[in-house]
Amino acid sequence: MDVLYSSRPLWAVLVSMIAAFLILATGEKNRNIRESWTIMAALAKFLIVFSMVPVILQGKVIEYTIVTFYPGLLLQFRIDAFGMLFGVIASSLWIATSFYSIGYVRGLNEHAQTRYFFAFAMCLSSTIGIAFSANLLTFLVFYEILTIATYPLVIHKESKEGIMGGRKYLAYTLTAGCVLLFAIGMIYYMTGTLDFKAGGFIAGSGSSTVLIMLFAMLIFGFGVKAGIMPMHEWLPTAMVAPTPVSALLHAVAVVKAGVFGCLRVILYVFGPGLLHDLGIWLIMAYIASFTIVVAGFLALGQDHLKRRLAFSTINNLAMIVVGAALLTKSSMTGGIIHMANHAFMKITLFFCAGAIHVKMHKDYVSQLDGLGRQMPLTMGAFAIGAIGLSGIPPMSGFISKWFLCLGALEANQIIFLFVFMTSAMLDVAFFFPIIYNSFFKKPLDDVAPHFDEAPMFMVIPLVITALLSIVFGIVPDAFFRFFSLTSLAVQNIMGVG
Amino acid sequence: MLDYVISKYNFWIYIILMMIGLYAMIGKKNLVKKLIGMNIFQSAIILFYVSIGVKAGATVPILSGHGHGHEAIEVANYINPLPHVLMLTAIVVSIATTGIALASLILIYRKYNTLEEDEILKIRKETGA
Amino acid sequence: MADQFAALIIVVPLIASLFVPVIGWWKKRLCYPWVVAVLVIPLISSLSVLNTVMTTGKFSYRLGGWAPPWGIEYMLDHLSAFVLVIVSSISLIVAIYSKKSIEDNLPEKTVPFYTLFLLLVTGLMGIVITGDVFNLFVFLEISALSCYALIAIGEEGAPMATFNYIIIGTIGACFYLLGIGYLYIATGSLNMADLANILPDLYHSKVILVAFAFFTVGLAIKAGLFPLHTWLPDAYCTAPSAVSALIAPLMTKVAAYVMIRLLFTVFQPNFSVNMVPVMPILGWLSVMAIFWGGIKALAQTDLKRMLVYVVVAEVGYIVIGVSVANRMGLTGAILHIMNDAVMMACLFLVVGAILYKTGTREIQQLRHLNKKMPFTMAAFTITALSMVGIPPACGFFSKWYLILGTIEAGQWVWAAALLCSSLINAVLFFRVIECAYLKPMEPAYALNGGETKHEEIQRDEAPLTMLVPIVITAAGVILLGIFSGKIISSVIQFAVPASF
Repeated sequence: MDVLYSSRPLWAVLVSMIAAFLILATGEKNRNIRESWTIMAALAKFLIVFSMVPVILQGKVIEYTIVTFYPGLLLQFRIDAFGMLFGVIASSLWIATSFYSIGYVRGLNEHAQTRYFFAFAMCLSSTIGIAFSANLLTFLVFYEILTIATYPLVIHKESKEGIMGGRKYLAYTLTAGCVLLFAIGMIYYMTGTLDFKAGGFIAGSGSSTVLIMLFAMLIFGFGVKAGIMPMHEWLPTAMVAPTPVSALLHAVAVVKAGVFGCLRVILYVFGPGLLHDLGIWLIMAYIASFTIVVAGFLALGQDHLKRRLAFSTINNLAMIVVGAALLTKSSMTGGIIHMANHAFMKITLFFCAGAIHVKMHKDYVSQLDGLGRQMPLTMGAFAIGAIGLSGIPPMSGFISKWFLCLGALEANQIIFLFVFMTSAMLDVAFFFPIIYNSFFKKPLDDVAPHFDEAPMFMVIPLVITALLSIVFGIVPDAFFRFFSLTSLAVQNIMGVG
Repeated sequence: MLDYVISKYNFWIYIILMMIGLYAMIGKKNLVKKLIGMNIFQSAIILFYVSIGVKAGATVPILSGHGHGHEAIEVANYINPLPHVLMLTAIVVSIATTGIALASLILIYRKYNTLEEDEILKIRKETGA
Repeated sequence: MADQFAALIIVVPLIASLFVPVIGWWKKRLCYPWVVAVLVIPLISSLSVLNTVMTTGKFSYRLGGWAPPWGIEYMLDHLSAFVLVIVSSISLIVAIYSKKSIEDNLPEKTVPFYTLFLLLVTGLMGIVITGDVFNLFVFLEISALSCYALIAIGEEGAPMATFNYIIIGTIGACFYLLGIGYLYIATGSLNMADLANILPDLYHSKVILVAFAFFTVGLAIKAGLFPLHTWLPDAYCTAPSAVSALIAPLMTKVAAYVMIRLLFTVFQPNFSVNMVPVMPILGWLSVMAIFWGGIKALAQTDLKRMLVYVVVAEVGYIVIGVSVANRMGLTGAILHIMNDAVMMACLFLVVGAILYKTGTREIQQLRHLNKKMPFTMAAFTITALSMVGIPPACGFFSKWYLILGTIEAGQWVWAAALLCSSLINAVLFFRVIECAYLKPMEPAYALNGGETKHEEIQRDEAPLTMLVPIVITAAGVILLGIFSGKIISSVIQFAVPASF
């Protein structure tokens, strides 16, 4: 594989970190300058990341070594197709979220906005670091930074609830970090290297018991952020955070970092071959399927809109993991592309929830009757996202579900077909009442009968993401080349495994 | 057995002294007694050092023929001066330690009006300090 | 001049400490600039020594020109030069910081304070630089004596804590002295390098074993290793801010350095690892130290007292790295000597600044501190994250190497202890951070859409002489983390004894 040495990955990570400190230095007094740092960093980050896509699509990888500690123990960036995919998702959605955030925090006149934007920029920095990391150590470093950078956002409200949510979040993620640290140390001791390799690198370096234990530890460590049951508890609690945080971090960056980690472990550390030999792929798939179904049912019971979305997120993340765990070509394609598709659809839904919160101060599903008349754009976008997540064409959700189902068939595991079907039904069951109520039910008293939308800063991003989820359903390879990247990543893995 | 004990009597004496000192430092409730124990402890070690430099029948290491320089020096005739010199330093250290300990005892006495450890602990518990 | 740097490190602060009373007698306020200026010289000298060691390898300095093993020799290799730089830079930073704190705490005792301060620094650097076991004892006592006196001028309860410290510290030093005695009986030498040559033939002698036992216990007392730490919490906690900021980072760390020196240079690893079962004992004691320190720290409501127990736990970290006795573990231990010194310095400096400004150390009373003292609290937060082990702060990297070391040694429980400890640290420090940064909002907040009434809190930052050292150490925490790879590859990997 051709390697291109370039410092661009480093700049992609640094640009938002620099912006974070500029934000801190600018402070509350010059809000417009401060916000312009965010926007500029978001655009710059996206451009840097995106400028590397063509290189990746030629089948090359981009490498940059930050520092070497010992042989085989180094901080290094290496961008392959899979990392690129995640990088593009996160950096492109940051632009949307930046605009949206400005509308949100100003609309609510939030306190501590500087801290908010600072932490946000740090989060993005570490997310890109995770996407581009070449080995487990680099991954862990950025993963831990992400953990901490998210904390100020979770507790942003500084209410009792928020502080408790923050504590719970830290308890889960820091424990996971410790387990990861140990597992990664173990792997380094056994193999002398930590580099991700398509198809895995750990095979044959230890007895199967040790390998299974390591697998369990790594999946536990990353699974916490990915919200795999029973480690999901923090995610619904963390919904006390402001909505843009829930949108970008708890639907895209943080939880996807967890899923990304799980997939890295499954596909790039252990590899399909080894997992088949160990026979744990099926167990993994069952556990994740359990999460899919249970999270679906739990979502049904939530009246709080964001909590309902959170459980839907848990459900979809588990779907991605099942896709990878089934270890067939189609299922992987489905899983990986679902990372992108789910990101765009779910961020739309969260944006809508935030827009409703800012405009109407409503947080509960039962309060949304007739809202479609007052906020047609928001609720329309919501409908698009919801329909897409249920897997109905022509939204992008359909594409991923299609591949996932194909994958279940390829793996000769019909049961997962039923899991995916059940999940789709549940999606319909917990999203469609919202759509129905908001458009067809008699409006509540406080709903204005005329067009009266949330601030444009918020509406435009959510309309764009909604439209994009349609576009990706029709042309999966549009703009961001998600599909090409996915199939390239799958090719790399299967080519070896 | 008895011969063994007697032949190394200097070590036994130092060990007995040291144990007395250690007991006083740990077991005694009165702070001054603790300090005295500490001094016994240190003296025991000084004796130990002094005794390891001694040789039977040897004299102080002052070379009488110094300057003429051609007589051979019998090492066995002179005791080893180094341990003794080391102890000069150790004595200085122990005196300094005693000084500081006494100073802090004065401070303690001024504050609590007693030098019994259990009483001080009781007073501290009552005042919550 | 250049080859005299090794001597300057000791001689300059020693002589300068004698001049402090003279200067203080003339003009009291000149003591502070004098001490700061004087402490720059050891820093420059030790940097130059480190540079020499890095370029030309280790060398020794013969004090007064006497050849070893008769004369006293200063041994300068990667390990000692490295620790020297740590000691000299931390003491300079604390000296800069001490101005306001001393003016506030002990206005009448400025002169004795600075005299003792310089003596303490002399003692600490002497311990590190010397290549003679008896000379090491003398420096150990110089530092201990000045430390006793410095602690005794602290707050209420300090004399009692000092007295306990004197008793236990003297036992430790005497045990060390006894160890030297037995070593001298068997070998007739006091020079470390000479001893290292003579000893291997005598490894089966009972005398050597006794000496080794005395050394280990004596140093364990000095390092405050569980269960011999009982003197430590009270002494460190009641000391004046500027003093605890100096002794908490350095005293235990220097003792840990001596432990590494004796276990692996004077005695060869062949003896201390293979022939006596001391490593597992030290390791398990450190595990207990980590848990005990952590749990006691959890029970404290006083910030300084909490940190003091964290010091006890941190000693456990370093000793675990020593007792796994492999390359990774020792790399971690030596790296942690540096990291922990910087982190502890920062934390204790912050506590001192908070005490100076607000007059309290109670964790519950730290509310709004992020508004009052934003830079101080930012420094505290960075260091706290480092203690928890969040990269890229330096704490992560030492933890990483320590864990690699325990994995290599197959000591799973030790690894688990290290991991649990970072979780305990997370609870400890986030409790403080929550108190300082967050205040529960009135419930109305959520309903009225975030209309908040901020009571205006005036910024009331610590004075510049305090703030600058705090910011420097906090920046050090980050930079040492980022450059830890460089530090390891250029210094620490040579500092680890070659036999590993």
